[in-house]
Amino acid sequence: MGVYALRRLAQSLVVLFVTSGLVFAGLYLVGDPVEILVNPNADQEEKLRTAAALGLDRPLLHQYAIFLKGAFSGDLGRSFVFGQPALEVILERMPATLELAFLAMLISVALGIPLGLYAGLRPHALGSRAIMAGSILGFSLPTFWVGLLLILVFAVQLGWLPSTGRGPTEAVLGVPLSLLTWEGLRHALLPATNLALFKLSLIIRLVRAQVREQALLDYVKFARAKGLPRSRVVGVHLMKNILIPLVTVIGLELGSVIAFAIVTESIFAWPGMGKLVIDSIFQLDRPVVVAYLMVTVFLFICINLVVDLLYSALDPRVRLGAAK
Amino acid sequence: MLKTLASLLFAGLAGAVHAQDLTIALSAPVSALDPHFHNLGPNNQVSKHVFETLVKADAQQNLKPGLAESWRAIDDTTWEWKLRKGVRWHDGSEFTSDDVIATFKRIPNVPNSPASFAIYTRAVSEVAAVDRHTLRMKTARPHPLLPNDLISIHIVPKAIAESAKTEDFNSGKAMIGTGPYRWAEYVAGDRVVFVANDKYWGARAPYAKVRMRFISNAAARVAALLAGDVQMIENVPTADVGRLSKDARVQLSSAISNRMIYLHMDSGRERASPFVTDKAGKPLEANPFRDPRVRKAISKAIDRDAIVSRVMEGQAKAAGQFLHESFFGTSKRLPPEKHDPEGAKKLLAEAGYPDGFGLTLHAPNNRYINDEKVAQAVAQYLTRAGIATKLETMPSNIFFSRGSKLEFSFLLAGWGAETGETSSSLRSLVATFDAKAGMGAANRGRFSDAGLDAVIQTALTTIDDTKRGLMLAAASEKAIGEHMALVPLHYEVSIWGARKGIAYTARADQYTLAFEVRPGK
Repeated sequence: MGVYALRRLAQSLVVLFVTSGLVFAGLYLVGDPVEILVNPNADQEEKLRTAAALGLDRPLLHQYAIFLKGAFSGDLGRSFVFGQPALEVILERMPATLELAFLAMLISVALGIPLGLYAGLRPHALGSRAIMAGSILGFSLPTFWVGLLLILVFAVQLGWLPSTGRGPTEAVLGVPLSLLTWEGLRHALLPATNLALFKLSLIIRLVRAQVREQALLDYVKFARAKGLPRSRVVGVHLMKNILIPLVTVIGLELGSVIAFAIVTESIFAWPGMGKLVIDSIFQLDRPVVVAYLMVTVFLFICINLVVDLLYSALDPRVRLGAAK
Repeated sequence: MLKTLASLLFAGLAGAVHAQDLTIALSAPVSALDPHFHNLGPNNQVSKHVFETLVKADAQQNLKPGLAESWRAIDDTTWEWKLRKGVRWHDGSEFTSDDVIATFKRIPNVPNSPASFAIYTRAVSEVAAVDRHTLRMKTARPHPLLPNDLISIHIVPKAIAESAKTEDFNSGKAMIGTGPYRWAEYVAGDRVVFVANDKYWGARAPYAKVRMRFISNAAARVAALLAGDVQMIENVPTADVGRLSKDARVQLSSAISNRMIYLHMDSGRERASPFVTDKAGKPLEANPFRDPRVRKAISKAIDRDAIVSRVMEGQAKAAGQFLHESFFGTSKRLPPEKHDPEGAKKLLAEAGYPDGFGLTLHAPNNRYINDEKVAQAVAQYLTRAGIATKLETMPSNIFFSRGSKLEFSFLLAGWGAETGETSSSLRSLVATFDAKAGMGAANRGRFSDAGLDAVIQTALTTIDDTKRGLMLAAASEKAIGEHMALVPLHYEVSIWGARKGIAYTARADQYTLAFEVRPGK
């Protein structure tokens, strides 16, 4: 197990290295940050000063070498725009994004599994048909459109919930969280719902398909023939087998919710990492973009590791790494 | 009973002093609170709540006294400033000439600054205190724009200027100014909160607490206003203006901004401009843009009124020069050019292109109001006049890098004259490119005319305001009327939206200033 985790970590270092190189070169090709950063009234002298101050006057490979040297000691460079260390800029906004992502995943899991079970166990009931039709909508409607609609209905028309922004935060172990207060929860509800919609539909359809497939298998028939109560057949035997693919998907989706909540964050003016990275790309703030992708890749690697561990816990047949 | 009465009375008293809180949605976040870190509109407008400048600008960008009560040029290169007496910093200490000197020292030396304010202080070679409230500034060359430049220089206390880092401003520690508001809270990317400065020397701030939230998505900003989550928004999208102006909950205010949208063409290359072709798409040997008749033909081919009324939904003003004629240094003889497709064809024929030629127009798609749609309209008008125009749009981060490398033949861009007069437009857009002298920095068409350069140069060093105004007007007439060095399209209009009863005087410099907002009765 320890060896397995170590090997995974070594692999991830290679991934991080390749990502940083690609992003570095990619952003260099897009354009010159100095042109975006300086005041439009600035003359050549000021542009040269900015380039020198940000280290952009050196050749690209030299800049990359400086970056790598810093990266090995944990310093990912200073943001061109904010002047702060890039990692600090990202970590500052991470709690907001994580909070939203977890709330969204909670909503989709808490609603998705029961709804999917119901639709799978009673495929022909009217309720199931309604759930399935709804999940198609959840899949196909664009996030930004649903987001604006949610704002229009619940904030502008009904006035129940605030339209945008994050509620007041409270520090928990130094991390500012907003979900602990009623006001904060009210602010998070609309963006989290918007973010959850797609995942919810995905989980409903996945659970339903799994239930329908597994319900026909011999072990279910056998359990029923043995006279086990229906609740035990579904709740224990069926559930355990459904969870295996579900955990993989939920893990991956959690990663993507954290990393790609960009649309939802900008519509709801949620001060998270997604909004930061899109602004940073427009401003060619390379240190922030590189650091963001490194953090994201790292998060994905961690989540996948946890998923693999959970997998082996759920399915005794899976042995991590030891097989080879 | 007595308690409730007392609290009611107290609430009543507090209400009499200040109106309720105000929440404003701004369209762009600030990158830092340090007023000398990043010379950009969003940062500068937030700085102006806590910090003040020696010279201020009113809604029309006319100069008015700020921390300086008065100023005058003693000779061509010496300026004397009388500072306001009795002004106190937020920490209670007195504002003196030492603070100004220390601020000037800090400006060129802010570490990691992506856009320095030194472009406004560079002309000043020496700042010296005559006494506690009098200053003398020396400039290396005659520099009549010094007062205009100082609109952007926010004065900080001496102790802070000497020791504070950008982080100290972000944390609030160094946010000590003389302005109508004091710093209260800053959450990066989310909001900045101010409370009224009760000891302010000038007119009292109308709101006890001001929250400025950053909502960059325009539709979300409008929704937040309609939902009542914010009481005022800036940059109302043109598509929503029609609907909002009929909404009883909202009132709009708008002003012609100092930003002109224009077309720049490559008049620098003698031959083989990269995106000029013949009608069949083969590269053209000669560069037609060197001929002023071709440049004038382009101006005539475009129906500005149609662009303003259809593409901009009426929220712009057709342009004939660098700034609207209500600003300083503009000419009365440069009305917007009339749509004249026949005249355009005639000029093209005279210039030797009776069948026109082929062209690609490059434009940004996320920088100016409806920029992509305006560029589409321009391309269609030119194609109709015989110049087969293709359009290529791109995000501004790519556009400006390529434009400054002179990769384009024909481009659409915008210019905001921050100083509120035409000298920066003339100097940066149409003066001959000269990196050393700082001329033609944004002259992406590399237009060059020695006669025009001479007029601009004299105007830039004429201290007398009346004379300079006339010279700037003459330079504008030469640049556009005679040479059509660039083709002005329209001036953008900035629009603010507020809940009914809240009034904001729209500003030409596009700043959203909470202390200028007046609450309803």
